[in-house]
Amino acid sequence: MNAFTTLLIRDMRLATRVGGGALMGALFFLIVVVMMPFAIGPDLALLARIGPAILWLGALLASLLALDRLFATDHEDGSLDLLMMGSLPLELSVATKAIAHWLTTGLPLVLIAPVLGLMLNVELHAMGWLALTLLAGTPALTFIGLIGAALSVALRRGGLLLAVLVLPLTVPVLIFGVAAANAAIVGPTPFGPPFTILCALSLMSFVVGPIAAAAALRHGLE
Amino acid sequence: MVVTGRNGAGKSSLLRVVAGLVRIAAGHLTLDGGEPDAPIAEQAHYLGHQDALKPSLTVSENLQFWTEFFGAGRHAVEAALNTVDLSPLAGLPAAYLSAGQRRRLSIARLVGVPRPIWLLDEPTSALDAPSQKRLAELMRDHLAGGGMIVAAAHGPIGLERARELKLGDA
Repeated sequence: MNAFTTLLIRDMRLATRVGGGALMGALFFLIVVVMMPFAIGPDLALLARIGPAILWLGALLASLLALDRLFATDHEDGSLDLLMMGSLPLELSVATKAIAHWLTTGLPLVLIAPVLGLMLNVELHAMGWLALTLLAGTPALTFIGLIGAALSVALRRGGLLLAVLVLPLTVPVLIFGVAAANAAIVGPTPFGPPFTILCALSLMSFVVGPIAAAAALRHGLE
Repeated sequence: MVVTGRNGAGKSSLLRVVAGLVRIAAGHLTLDGGEPDAPIAEQAHYLGHQDALKPSLTVSENLQFWTEFFGAGRHAVEAALNTVDLSPLAGLPAAYLSAGQRRRLSIARLVGVPRPIWLLDEPTSALDAPSQKRLAELMRDHLAGGGMIVAAAHGPIGLERARELKLGDA
């Protein structure tokens, strides 16, 4: 087994064991979406119209929730020093950690979103499209958040700083994610353009995120 | 080589510089006889103050991760656990280990993956007398095999013929 897979498996194991944050995001997502109809009231037409936006906003906040621990625990117990001394370039190690983080926190959000859509009166045929936009967009949230997690690694209670740093950068993802979901559900604008931009944002973050995060870690740990 | 000096003299900083964790302001590091293409960080083991262990993983999972991450096979794990007498605890989560046992587990990492340079930052801390003796044996084996050790220490660590580098505020 090579360094990439062993790091991936280790991080996924850590997330799913006791003290890991795997289901925290999904639970937060569930709470936000379940409480929303109580706050807005039983207007089904209104719920259907703002449903995609609520789901996207919930997913955005939920995916930020566990991000601050991404490097902080490894920094506290000295693992990060050793990760930097491996033959795997730091950029790849960082990307691997992000993939493991997305698989354990982002993917569950995508999977439960169709079920939660029911509570917001999102049409059945639209659930698939909505989940598709989340599938394309949540990796971008993780990889952009990676930069913030790396920048705030050496700080105690860096979570707040992380949100301040990361949230503005995720606004484009939110805009095009909701636009694509709305286009698929209510129309009349076409689904293609916002969805391709969403995919482009994700692909861009795959490249920029690990490089920026690795640079931030190298500086931050000196 | 043993690096000595008062608290705050820069022993740990020196080791971190060699390990490539702190960038050098001036000058450069070379390793005679090492692989010219690989940076020194990839030919060295760093044993710092922290043990780099995850409490929720078992003893063998912890060790297996580091040996595989550093490019050694799964077979190295059992042998390395044997050398530090931790095989009976292999299935126990690392959260239950004592400070000395955690230290021994991180020393097993050095044994599991062969790398020519060992950078040890106060390696004997938290170890009892038999474990200190065992560590000294491991260090002598490593030196006999052509390896190099740079250790920061306050007391004797069991290497009699080591050169001493005294850091101070002279």
